[in-house]
Amino acid sequence: MPPQQPHHFADVADVTARLSAAGYLPDPQIATTVFLADRLGKPLLVEGPAGTGKTELAKALATATSSELIRLQCYEGLDEARALYEWNYKKQLLRIQASQSSADGADWGDLHDDVFGEEFLLSRPLLTAIRRTDPTVLLIDETDKADVEVEGLLLEVLSDFQVTIPEIGTIVATRRPMVVLTSNATRELSEALKRRCLYLALDYPSAEREREIVLSRVPELAPALAEQLVRTVRALRAMELKKSPSISETLDWAQTLLALGLDTLGNDEVRETLGVVLKHASDQTRAAAELRLN
Amino acid sequence: MVDGGLPAHLDGFVRAVREAGIPVGISAAVDAASVLTAVDLLDREQLRHGLAAVLLQRAAQRQTYDVLFDLWWPLTDRPADPAEVDEGAPAADDGIPDADRQAALAAELRAELLRRLLDGDEEALRRFARMAVDQLGQGQPSPSGQSFFSYRVLRALSPDTLVSQLLDGLLGGADRGGLAEQVARQTVRERLAAFRAAVEAEVRRRSAAERGRDRVARTAVKPLADQVDFLRAQSADLAELRRSVAPLARRLAARLSAKRRLGREGRLDFRKTVRASLATGGVPVVTHHKPRAVHKPELVVLCDISGSVAGFSHFTLMLTQALREHFSGVRAFAFVDSTDEVTRFFAPGADVADAVQRIGREAEVVTFDGHSDYGNAFGVFAEKWATAVGPKTSLLVLGDGRTNYRQPGLPVLADLVRRSRSAYWLNPEPARLWGSGDSAADKYGQVIPMIEVRNAAQLAEFVTTL
Repeated sequence: MPPQQPHHFADVADVTARLSAAGYLPDPQIATTVFLADRLGKPLLVEGPAGTGKTELAKALATATSSELIRLQCYEGLDEARALYEWNYKKQLLRIQASQSSADGADWGDLHDDVFGEEFLLSRPLLTAIRRTDPTVLLIDETDKADVEVEGLLLEVLSDFQVTIPEIGTIVATRRPMVVLTSNATRELSEALKRRCLYLALDYPSAEREREIVLSRVPELAPALAEQLVRTVRALRAMELKKSPSISETLDWAQTLLALGLDTLGNDEVRETLGVVLKHASDQTRAAAELRLN
Repeated sequence: MVDGGLPAHLDGFVRAVREAGIPVGISAAVDAASVLTAVDLLDREQLRHGLAAVLLQRAAQRQTYDVLFDLWWPLTDRPADPAEVDEGAPAADDGIPDADRQAALAAELRAELLRRLLDGDEEALRRFARMAVDQLGQGQPSPSGQSFFSYRVLRALSPDTLVSQLLDGLLGGADRGGLAEQVARQTVRERLAAFRAAVEAEVRRRSAAERGRDRVARTAVKPLADQVDFLRAQSADLAELRRSVAPLARRLAARLSAKRRLGREGRLDFRKTVRASLATGGVPVVTHHKPRAVHKPELVVLCDISGSVAGFSHFTLMLTQALREHFSGVRAFAFVDSTDEVTRFFAPGADVADAVQRIGREAEVVTFDGHSDYGNAFGVFAEKWATAVGPKTSLLVLGDGRTNYRQPGLPVLADLVRRSRSAYWLNPEPARLWGSGDSAADKYGQVIPMIEVRNAAQLAEFVTTL
């Protein structure tokens, strides 16, 4: 076990206050789970539809704890060399060739140690996060996009916070980073990975919270208009659309209304600006029909 | 329950969560105990969310969890232990108010409900629901204790008849019709649903206090959405299932194309080759190649849409629609006793529910009597669309394999399977019923891999094992 390290947050109210100060309004569920992740020292797995503020949470967490955010973006085909570490083979080649040309009697043993030293190691996000001595938030984004093998790799890193490099030895985290994994739930993550994490299911916020988010991010917007906007977005989300409007799209819509100088949200305004929140032609047709815009 | 204080209580709760079909491992149970030491136990919501963070693994489990949490950690205005309120029966003499008073009370509460719904404060609404259950929800007292019923409350208050007044209130005198009304309707729907849920939760809580929570827990917990049987799914379940279709289609597409990728080599991967050559002193002994660009395979879906499998076929047609976004050549065929191509109904962006209706009206899937005839359907398919299945094609047959004692058309299907790259049959019936009655599933199973897919969970599992 690594040495005990100080907790970032004193209690749940502290989480709420500091995340709010960082520009992210957490609901009680988010605040409690973040608090526990800090207290129990476990990674936090955040799952939910696109645009519910998963990545935003990690960023706000980094700001709130004055940590640096290190981000590992997952994609199909992500491998160890991109996630963990890689030897800088070009530099190694140069080094070997340089030693061959300079002196014939170069000792292979020395050269070997030299070539597999710190200097030739390219640190990728996971290793970087483990080696840092300052507070760190490690964001592993869209974990579900990565292949199943990457999960195996994450298991080792997330359970022990250590990495074994055969040529150098085992590197143990001196200071455990706070880990946030996000997933859009396009595939089920393995049981083993989920077991090591705290689970937070993020859904679209309640009407009240979303209105607060809109007002805090777009303070120039009139409260009555924000209320109207949020209720319209909720009506859209209740339909069976291909892509429901996300929080960031609600904010975009608020910005749009502001930029156009509109002070109510009536049939005409919605029809003209619907493209800000709905990005499929079929969704737009459907919404227009169900909202009786014509 | 043995009285063992907080740890024993937590243990009972964890066991109840497990019994409701949510797998909770030992390590999660241990974590739950450490949550108790970390959160503020006096704050019930902290406890709720804290335990959820360690006990749950999927968003769909949350509803079940919340019901159980409310039963195990009830809002206290009376002891949670049922043993202590066993003697509640004698209080029945002041019992049920007479009809007039009851009606007056209901009218009064109805007016208050309207105010609260207009106001939209959720906490106040919950408090009101508790009060309403207390005043209106009592049934006839029986020797086993006082019972409460949500239908009594909902009948007395009939919240659904308040919709028109609520709309007037929310619209604030603005015109009916158009956007404003639709948005207001949605708000009303949400608030009414919240009220109904609050009433049900309160009734459950009271019943648990009277009858013991284990009994209530068994009846109160609904099956998880992905465990709902396709063949018995209600329309509300289907709506829930639809949400799971898009991710499933993406997964299925990724799996089917991943298989193709293996073992084929493309252009030289210079970087990898040089790296590997380090082990042999810079001499590239082994060459490495980049994988070939992913080829989108073709998919042919052959779907039984007869009445007996309506729920399932509706779902699979939605899957087909979603798959079209990932496969270059998806062709969909529907059959009852004859087969017709239905690909044209699934133009990108088309509405699935609409497409399903149009298939029923326009596609030529019925020639005789509208009962499944697999033999004829396969025959027509093989004859009219002989080129649809080729060496690049994955074939997916969806149906229950109930032939109404007609020819199963085995040789035709076997030939289709042989010509395709891969073929699977998904059957919404339980495997133990295959081959019973007019089911030819066991015979089909000899020529094509037949997989039991009764619910979304099984479908997801099939996709992952592909």
